Amino acid sequence: MTERVFIAGAGGQGVMLLGKVLATAAMKQGKSVTWLPAYGAEVRGGTANCMVIISDEEIGSPYIEEADSMIILNQPSLDKFSGILKNKGLMVLNSTLAHSDKINSAGTLQFPFTDLAVEQGNIKIANMIALGAYLAKNKVVSTDSIVETMKEMAAGRPELLEINKKALFKGVQLADGK
Amino acid sequence: MVNPKPKKILLSGNEAIAEGAIQAGCQFYAGYPITPQNELTAYMAKHMPENNRIFIQSESETAAINMVYGASAAGARAMTSSSSPGISLKQEGISYLAGAELPAVIVNIMRAGPGLGNIWPSQADYFQATRGGGHGDYRCIVLAPSSVQEAYGQMFKAFELADKYRNPVMILGDGLLGQMMEPVEIVKAEGLDAKYDKPWAVTGCKGRERNITKSFHMNEGDLEKANLILQKKYAGIQKKEQDWEEFLIKDAKIVIVAYGSMARIAKGLVRKLRQGGMRIGLIRPVTLWPFPVKAFANRKPKVSNRKFLVVEMSYGQMVEDVRLSLEGSSKVEFLGRSGGGVLTQAQILRKIKALL
Repeated sequence: MTERVFIAGAGGQGVMLLGKVLATAAMKQGKSVTWLPAYGAEVRGGTANCMVIISDEEIGSPYIEEADSMIILNQPSLDKFSGILKNKGLMVLNSTLAHSDKINSAGTLQFPFTDLAVEQGNIKIANMIALGAYLAKNKVVSTDSIVETMKEMAAGRPELLEINKKALFKGVQLADGK
Repeated sequence: MVNPKPKKILLSGNEAIAEGAIQAGCQFYAGYPITPQNELTAYMAKHMPENNRIFIQSESETAAINMVYGASAAGARAMTSSSSPGISLKQEGISYLAGAELPAVIVNIMRAGPGLGNIWPSQADYFQATRGGGHGDYRCIVLAPSSVQEAYGQMFKAFELADKYRNPVMILGDGLLGQMMEPVEIVKAEGLDAKYDKPWAVTGCKGRERNITKSFHMNEGDLEKANLILQKKYAGIQKKEQDWEEFLIKDAKIVIVAYGSMARIAKGLVRKLRQGGMRIGLIRPVTLWPFPVKAFANRKPKVSNRKFLVVEMSYGQMVEDVRLSLEGSSKVEFLGRSGGGVLTQAQILRKIKALL
């Protein structure tokens, strides 16, 4: 099993963190993982992205030439990167900030992650709602392992852990209900 | 002493190099920020003082390498790090370290050049690292990690080799390896530097003859003598320290030769092509100087017309060492890309198909 996930959005939407949470949780389950950020000067205003590979085997290239799944949080990222998604790959799209006529396939999950995050009281958790939606469709990593990772990352900040956990399971519930 | 249950944590290559240096007993770090190695300097800034070691953000790259010279002369395990343009600025200091036979570890997380270039991955500093870079007849030992775990582990080896041979050791990584994160098993080590006494160190000469560390020899014949001592040392290193990895080369019609992050990309491709029955293998030099000549020379392959394909993020640098090592016994092809672009598996595959 090898899962290549391409995660992109605007600088500040938490796409790097999303990738790190996913990669760390996969590592905790004994998987090989790589996390590769785009580290250019484009983090403000333009797009930010990272590539996460999760595998049962040793990972060669950390670059994703063809993605199995994508989590896309804004329009510029969709325009720039959607071409690398493989045929019948999973697209998880933030419909608050991105629209496309071309991607209404069975493999597309569209939810207004940013609107939902605002409803929950913190715009910053749109990334974790998206992660939850992704994991509901692709169980490459367990939500238990994600929560374990969140606990470590939010050590000493119980309110952060609570809101991120809530966001994760909101995403799972959304995608499962569909 | 090795921790019985090593803990795995997710680290970037830059962070792993820094943590490896601390575990390997690095007592002194001086550096100046530059992308894509900044996480290394930042990690040292936070963790060196916590461990009662010295961290200095110097006023320039030149200052940093000369501070390393001073710390090393005083007997400390000392290092600096930078990326390509900054490493160019350190060359004078590296030549002085080599001339004075002082141990030091220098990390180069390569970015694309020449000049200021850009911040993306490159392997175009191979010539600079393996041929000297600074002036005079000297060599640095050069190690090239291919994964984050290996980058961590090579820091132990780098300090060990530096002390053993009283010579600068360079870790040659690139922006891809520096920025990517992978799980790393952290091994706690103790008592490493006790292994190498440094009776030559400048530690205050009360009650003994004074020690002098220098690369300046004005009396007639002195420099030649000093240089011959260096050459003898280098010959010993070439004999003993060559290191490389072989992957599925026994029946390979084409052997890819690549180092560092290019090697892991190539290895993944070899694994994929083997599943489809293609006879492709990989040789990965781990030491770039001494170059692993033994991996190539005097080995008669069972496969006739075996070709070597050297793959680099440069327009052809290590390929010269492969050609020198093979001494014309096999055909050597080259595929390179430079300027910040990383060769993809698809691009390498296209070249392989053209060769078969």
